Amino acid sequence: MAEPLLRVEKLVRRFGGIIATDNVSLDVAAGELHAIIGPNGAGKTTLISQLTGHLAPHSGSVSLAGRDITYLPAYRRCALGLARSFQITSLLLDFTAADNVALAAQAHAGTSFRFFANARKERPLRDAAHAALDRVGLAHRADVLVSKLSHGERRQIELAVALASKPKLLLLDEPMAGLGVTESQGMVKLLQELRKEVSIVLVEHDMPAVFALADRISVLVYGRVIASGDPAAIRANEDVKRAYLGDQHVVTHHG
Amino acid sequence: MKNLTVSKAVTALMLAGLVLLPLYSQASGNVFILTLFTRIIILALAAASLNLIMGFGGMMSFGHAAYLGIGGYAVGMLAQEGVGSGFIQFPVALAASAIYALVIGALSLRTRGVYFIMITLAFAQMAYYVASGLARYGGDDGLTVYKRSDFSGLINLSNRTQFYYLCLACLLGVIFLIWRIVNSRFGLVVQGLRSNEQRMQAIGFPAKRYQLVCFVISGTMCGLAGALLANNTDFVSPAVMYWTRSGDLMVMVILGGMGTLFGPIMGAVVYLLLEEFLSQITEYWALIMGPLLLLIVLFGRGGIMGMLGRVGRG
Repeated sequence: MAEPLLRVEKLVRRFGGIIATDNVSLDVAAGELHAIIGPNGAGKTTLISQLTGHLAPHSGSVSLAGRDITYLPAYRRCALGLARSFQITSLLLDFTAADNVALAAQAHAGTSFRFFANARKERPLRDAAHAALDRVGLAHRADVLVSKLSHGERRQIELAVALASKPKLLLLDEPMAGLGVTESQGMVKLLQELRKEVSIVLVEHDMPAVFALADRISVLVYGRVIASGDPAAIRANEDVKRAYLGDQHVVTHHG
Repeated sequence: MKNLTVSKAVTALMLAGLVLLPLYSQASGNVFILTLFTRIIILALAAASLNLIMGFGGMMSFGHAAYLGIGGYAVGMLAQEGVGSGFIQFPVALAASAIYALVIGALSLRTRGVYFIMITLAFAQMAYYVASGLARYGGDDGLTVYKRSDFSGLINLSNRTQFYYLCLACLLGVIFLIWRIVNSRFGLVVQGLRSNEQRMQAIGFPAKRYQLVCFVISGTMCGLAGALLANNTDFVSPAVMYWTRSGDLMVMVILGGMGTLFGPIMGAVVYLLLEEFLSQITEYWALIMGPLLLLIVLFGRGGIMGMLGRVGRG
């Protein structure tokens, strides 16, 4: 089998006596949408933070397209084609939507130690920003300050920013968080489109969305992967049902 | 659009006033006003440089007066050692400021928030005490610059009007550079870091590198102000580096409007004119100045530029 795009091996991260990531191994093939689910406190965000480089693991390794990135800082991983969205929207609020996205494009288009020419007049950057905004359906809001946009729109901008860096792998940390029903449906539709172009790791609470989108699902409980497989296998898995006792009906309900 | 025209109109008026001031001074025979405004322009230049890191970069440096001293001492010490040429003095002043900024910035930028403020303050105070210890160059008493920088006939700094225009040209040149910088790729990155550092790291920008370069540019610009200031007063002393002077510069920036192009000039003009005016009325001028600044900062969000914007809208 070909080298997976992302390979996580025996990752361990402790916080004091608590093992937040307990020997996690998983891989994501090119073109795959791999979802990570788990109850609150399962260590999803801790895991994601180690993938993005915001948190260092105590042992184990992370590699992207065959290259060990376990201890690379976040900005270097980004240059290698790893983009992320934040669970809690994290944008430049006093910048326009277009500026937010154009900066992401700029990060991947040569040096930014240019001091004189007006960056807002660089056609390629503006075009890339416009294309990414168009992709998420927000081209008409390009010149609005992000602080003036709705929560749902900001979630979409998060995605546009991640896309603008033309990543190989997209790490989406709860893209549906705080979205209404219609907005969620829109987001699922959008992700369905995007997954054709880019590999995605999706951390999400919204079970119907996960089961509709994922090629494979890994279930994280108390920092450990208790099951990994395609949606049908996960739905049938007894351990998963037990772990999700409270949410069980959600898992089984979705046909 | 109307709010733009009000602040733009006031800015244009102010700039026109600054350009025409020597004519008024000559016509009225009021030499004092020219001297006063030369000082205002030099400190406006220092405030503008501080605004680059504080207003646009979000780096609250509380030690910016150190560069005034470093630029000033470069001129004073070279003059004392018999190097009178401005073509040597000014580049040395700028280079010394840049190197100081590089070292201080590399150390300070490991910290954030209050710690950054305190560490920049601490370094500036260290520079102050170092200067106080320079026995050969006057120590505590300071150093008299007997001869102004010599630009071999190109421009005569001892001529008040010529010197005034040199300072004004430097100020406008620096404002022009800052304008280009803040709209450049580099400037957008620095402003992005002010807004949300985590996000900028996540899209692939190493924060510290950009902030450090910005810190050095700002320090170098302020070193220029220091070199001009030493020529203006024919004197340089550790007092120009004292922390209260760094505070004055911060007040000018905040008063005028952080992160605006012309705010620092506005702030310097208003602050120094108020100081001049109030100190003529009473020796307790600080008692009036303090509350006045407090009111402006409390109720005039965005400083003078911000208020002008709101006047236009209202």
